[in-house]
Amino acid sequence: MEKFTYVITDPAGIHARPAGLLVKEAGKFASKLTISKGAKKGDLKRIFGVMALGVKKGEEIEVTCEGADEAAAASALAAFFKANL
Amino acid sequence: MLVLKGKGVGGGVTIGTLAVFKRQETVVERHSITDIEGEVARFQAARGKAIEQLAQLYEKAVVDVGRDNAAIFEIHQMMLEDLDYIESIEGIIRTQEVNAEYAVQATAENFAEIFSSMEDEYMQARAADVKDISRKVLACLGFGSDAMESASEKFVLVADDLVPSETVQLDKSKVQGFVTAGGSVNSHTAILARTMGIPAVVCTGVSIGAEHDGKLIAVDGYAGEVFVDPDAATLSLMQAKLEQDVQHKKLLDELKGKESVTSSGQKVHVYANIGNTGDLAAVLANDAEGIGLFRSEFIYLENEDYPTEEYQFAKYKLAAETMAGKRVIIRTLDIGADKQAAYFNLPHEENPALGYRAIRICLEQQDIFRTQLRAICRASAYGKVAVMFPMIISLSEVRKAKAILQKVQQELAAEHIPFDKEMEVGIMIETPAAALLSEELAKEVDFFSIGTNDLSQYTLAIDRQNQHLESFFDAHHPAILRLIEMTVAGAHKAGIWCGVCGELGADLELTEKFVAMGMDELSVSPASVLPLRQKIRGL
Repeated sequence: MEKFTYVITDPAGIHARPAGLLVKEAGKFASKLTISKGAKKGDLKRIFGVMALGVKKGEEIEVTCEGADEAAAASALAAFFKANL
Repeated sequence: MLVLKGKGVGGGVTIGTLAVFKRQETVVERHSITDIEGEVARFQAARGKAIEQLAQLYEKAVVDVGRDNAAIFEIHQMMLEDLDYIESIEGIIRTQEVNAEYAVQATAENFAEIFSSMEDEYMQARAADVKDISRKVLACLGFGSDAMESASEKFVLVADDLVPSETVQLDKSKVQGFVTAGGSVNSHTAILARTMGIPAVVCTGVSIGAEHDGKLIAVDGYAGEVFVDPDAATLSLMQAKLEQDVQHKKLLDELKGKESVTSSGQKVHVYANIGNTGDLAAVLANDAEGIGLFRSEFIYLENEDYPTEEYQFAKYKLAAETMAGKRVIIRTLDIGADKQAAYFNLPHEENPALGYRAIRICLEQQDIFRTQLRAICRASAYGKVAVMFPMIISLSEVRKAKAILQKVQQELAAEHIPFDKEMEVGIMIETPAAALLSEELAKEVDFFSIGTNDLSQYTLAIDRQNQHLESFFDAHHPAILRLIEMTVAGAHKAGIWCGVCGELGADLELTEKFVAMGMDELSVSPASVLPLRQKIRGL
C-alpha cells in the first residue's frame, strides 16, 4: 500500500474541473485508489465521490493506493496534485 | 412595468422581445416492470446515447466558448460514467422493479440533494449539473425534450434557471440576452453568457410567467436591471444606454490593442485616471495603455484613520500587477482644499485652495509621507510603478521630497525588501509657478503631468467650487494653453516626457493642439480612453 498527503493550494479547492481531471488520471491505474479528508472517504475513480468531499483550499487530503501498480499510481497522482491543485 | 434587480453577469444592454423558456417538465411516472434486465439495458443504451450527445455538445462549445468553458461538458460525460450514479440507478431498477425513467429521476434528486446541502456556494451550484445530465438521459429514454423550439425572431430568454446544456444548445444568433430568477455568478450559464458576450442578469429572485411572453423587455447587464414592459421614460433611458453601449463596443472593436498614433506617425500614450482599485476593471475594459493618475487620496478619504503601509501596499500592488508591466503613476497624497478627512485635523482656513494641502502636508508631517512612500516603493517590485508629487511650486520642494524618497529606498534596501530602483519620479505641474519654472524643474525629475484643473483655477484666479464664476471661466483661455505649451517645451528641453492628467486631456477640441505641442501622454477617465484614441488616430 502506498500513501501520501497533500494540502490543497488551489483557491477554488477540488472543484468540478480538477475533480474531472483527477478522476481521469486515476482511471489510468488498476489499483484501488481512495481519497480521504478527515473521516470522509471517496473513491478517486468516481467523480461524484471526489466532489462530494467538498475539499477546499488549505485542507489536507490523504490518498491511498492499493494494488499491482500502486507505486506508479501514487507517484503519478502526487505529481498531479502538485501541478493542478 | 415590471422592474427586476439581479446580478449582471454579461456586459451590455439589450432591448427585445421576451421569450419565456419552455422546458417540457412533466412528472416522471413510476411504474413496475417485469423485464428487469431489459430495463437496465434500456437505461444503459440511453446513457450511452447521452454521453455521445455530450461529446458533440463539447465540440460545439469548444468552437463557441473555448476549451476552458467547454470543459463542463467533458465533466458531464464523466458524471455519466460515475459508478455511484450508475449503481444507484441500476439498484433502484433491480430492487424496486421499476422503470428506468423513475430510477434516473430519483437518483438525480438524491445526488442533487447532496450538493445542495454543502456549505460551499460553488458546490451547491453543482446540483444543477446532476439534474442536467439526468435530464439528458431522460430525453434519450424518450421522455420530454430538452431543446427549445427555435423561434424565428431574436428574443431575450427568460427562465427560472438554465442548465449548461440548455444554454449552449440555444441558437445564439437569436438570443439577445438572458434573465434568470435563480442561478449565480458562478453558474456555468453565467460563465457561458459572459464568454458569448451577451447581456445576462441572474438571481433576480422573480419568476416570470408565460403571460409575459412576447412583451418588450430591456436588460442592463452592467447594472443587473431588468424592465419588463418598460414605460416610455424607462424605455428612452434604456435606448440611450443601448446606443452608448453599441458605440462603445464598436469603438472597442475598432481600436482595442491599437496604438494611439496620428496619421503622421506621432505617438501619444492614452492612459486612464483612477480613484481606487475598484476602477481597474474599467481601465482594462477600455484598453487604456497605463494609469496616468492614481488618486491615492481616496484611500485616505474612505478610511477613519491613517491607512497603514500594508493596507496601501496591497492596493498599489494590485494596481501594478493588474496593469502587468504597463505604467502606473501613483500621485502621493493630495488632501486639503476640497478634499478633507477628519482625522487629519486640518485647521480651518480662510482660503483652503491656497492653503495647507498636498505636498505641503507631506513635507511637514513626514511620518504620513514616509508610510505612503514605503508602500509605493514596495509595490514598485510588482510592475512598472511611478511616483508623482502634487502641488509643486519650487525646486526646493522637489529636492526635499526626493530626499525623503531616497531615504525610504535606502531603508527598504537595508531591510532586504524588494523595490524597483529605477522607479520614475515625476511631478504635477498645476501651479503657474511650476509651469514657469518647468525648465529648471525638468532637470530634477523623470516626467511632468499637467493638472489642468488646478492650473486653470490658479492661473485665472477663479475658484472652481464657485458656480457664480462660471461666466468668467474659459477652459481654453490662452494663458492656460501658453503655460501648458511652456511646460511641454521645458520638459522636452531636458529630455523628459510630459503628459496631461486633468480634464482638458479628454477635451477633444484640444487634442490637435496638444499633439502639435508634442504632448507625450494624455490621461483621462476610463470611458474617455477610446474616443480619445479615435480622435488621435484621425489626426
